Amino acid sequence: MSQPLLETRDLQIQFGGVVAASGVNLDVIEGETLAIIGPNGAGKTTFLNLCTGYIKPSAGRVTFRGADITARSPRAITRLGIARAFQIPQLFAEHTVLENLLLAAAVRDRVWNPFRRLATLPARGEMLALLDLVGAGDLADQPVEVLPEGRRKLVDIAIALALKPRLLLLDEPTSGVASAEKFQIMDILANALARERVTAVFVEHDMEVVRRYASRVAVWNTGKITHSGPPDEVLSDPDVRRDVIGL
Amino acid sequence: MAGRLNAQALLAVAAVVLIAAAPLMAQWVKVLLTIALAKGLAVLGIMILLRAGQVSFGHAMFYAASAYAGAFVGRWTGGGELFVLIGAGLAVSLALGLAIGVFVVRYRYIFFAMLNLAFSMVLFSILEKFFHVTGGSDGMRIARPTVLGMELERAPFEYVMFYLTLGLVVGLAWGVRRYLASPLGQALAAVKSNETRLEYLGMSARHALLVGYVLSAGLAGLGGVLASITQGLATPEIAYWVRSGEFVFIAILGGAGTVAGAFAGAVVYEGVRSYAAAYFADIWQMVLGAVLLAIILFAPGGLVGLAERLTGRRLRGGSADPAVAADQARVGER
Ligand SMILES: Nc1ncnc2c1ncn2[C@@H]1O[C@H](COP(=O)(O)OP(=O)(O)OP(=O)(O)O)[C@@H](O)[C@H]1O
Ligand SMILES: [Mg+2]
Repeated sequence: MSQPLLETRDLQIQFGGVVAASGVNLDVIEGETLAIIGPNGAGKTTFLNLCTGYIKPSAGRVTFRGADITARSPRAITRLGIARAFQIPQLFAEHTVLENLLLAAAVRDRVWNPFRRLATLPARGEMLALLDLVGAGDLADQPVEVLPEGRRKLVDIAIALALKPRLLLLDEPTSGVASAEKFQIMDILANALARERVTAVFVEHDMEVVRRYASRVAVWNTGKITHSGPPDEVLSDPDVRRDVIGL
Repeated sequence: MAGRLNAQALLAVAAVVLIAAAPLMAQWVKVLLTIALAKGLAVLGIMILLRAGQVSFGHAMFYAASAYAGAFVGRWTGGGELFVLIGAGLAVSLALGLAIGVFVVRYRYIFFAMLNLAFSMVLFSILEKFFHVTGGSDGMRIARPTVLGMELERAPFEYVMFYLTLGLVVGLAWGVRRYLASPLGQALAAVKSNETRLEYLGMSARHALLVGYVLSAGLAGLGGVLASITQGLATPEIAYWVRSGEFVFIAILGGAGTVAGAFAGAVVYEGVRSYAAAYFADIWQMVLGAVLLAIILFAPGGLVGLAERLTGRRLRGGSADPAVAADQARVGER
């Protein structure tokens, strides 16, 4: 069997009395789209924080493409090819949408020439095309500050895509988005993932979105992975329906 | 868009021509203007840090370190050569900027401001206490250096200093504008708005700030060595925190975060100061305080913002230049 893209072994972390991860072993296989579901406060965001070096586990190990990244910084891990979109969009508030993407491209391409204008980077066309792809072409010159939450979310995801990652981590990509738009965003995302052959992990609360877009589902509850498998199977499990979905 | 950019360029050219011609009409202003422009370089350094949302209350240390470096080199080489003195000052301020920068870029806001202040106070004490080396509070005289090997009389030397400073100001203002419009310069605003995202792009916020910091130290140093050579004197007073505060004052006066504002502010400040000092000897600080108060209350965009309002034009208009667009956003913030 081929080696997983991302491996976590026996991850542990707790905050005061709250156990967010206790002995988590979760592998992400190249090419899959893995959904993580679980109740509020279960530790899903914490898992993304652990994978990207934002917080360090008290025990356990994270491996990406065979290299131990447990003690690396978010910056180093990002450079290795893991990009992240956040539960609360993380944007550069003083810049326009296009400038946000251009900054991402500049860092990706390491354009440090102080006489090269950000506005006229070679990647400008590519970034405009990316904005078109995610259906936000008309927003290019808008300051991100004035955008509604759903659009901000989209820009945050576009920034992550702009980095051309091998692995994309998405924290509730459809939260704060009107339900009519949810599938539209996910369609766009699924397209982009397929086109660029990006492996993805997404945390999600909407079970319909999970059913439609995930190739595998992992259930996170009180710091543990309780179930993992194909969406139909996991989502019809009586325990999962009771504890997570609330049916 | 192009029209606005042209208006901007035209205004800059007009200002430079006006300043360049001023000493030909009134000789006495050339030293005043040289000092003002030299201070403007230090203020430009402050402007760079303001882009990242940071204020330094210690940049006089680079201004002074560079001035003393020039003074020492002059002393060791028996007068010395102008460009060697300037080069020594610049090198020392850049090196000091790197050494102190590596430390202070770990901090933000009040801690950043105060750490800079602390370092500058250390330098001030050294300059004051080690009087057998530094001349103590009397400072060090800087003999008039040769210019490319030529010995000049006082008046021509002052002209050289004036036009050299003006030339450096024009070149560096252009260079800093380009830097601020580049990804590295735009990353400063990103440090201000979202360090987490910057790290998650794969870039170190500290590195981005360090580049800006070393650049700002170099600009302050260049200003310090130019001003001190012009005055023929380096005293510990130029390392004092009041001087650092003056740079910040001028930055706010000129228009926080704008390149043109640094020099507009410096020229107006030095003008008001020498005028006020002559006519209201004891209360000139009060006059300056009142001016600053008026600016903060009625023209938060500084002189540049005021000029825009009076002419009804956006001098920094919505151009394709992101540095310019960022300025605009900044003014809108208030
Ligand atoms: N840095 C931290 N310091 C202290 N407690 C934390 C920290 N990060 C997370 N927690 C706590 O750990 C628990 C798990 O948080 P986390 O954000 O990972 O949950 P989640 O599964 O993403 O929840 P949600 O669905 O609401 O986003 C929560 O109780 C949270 O308060
Ligand atoms: Mg969460």
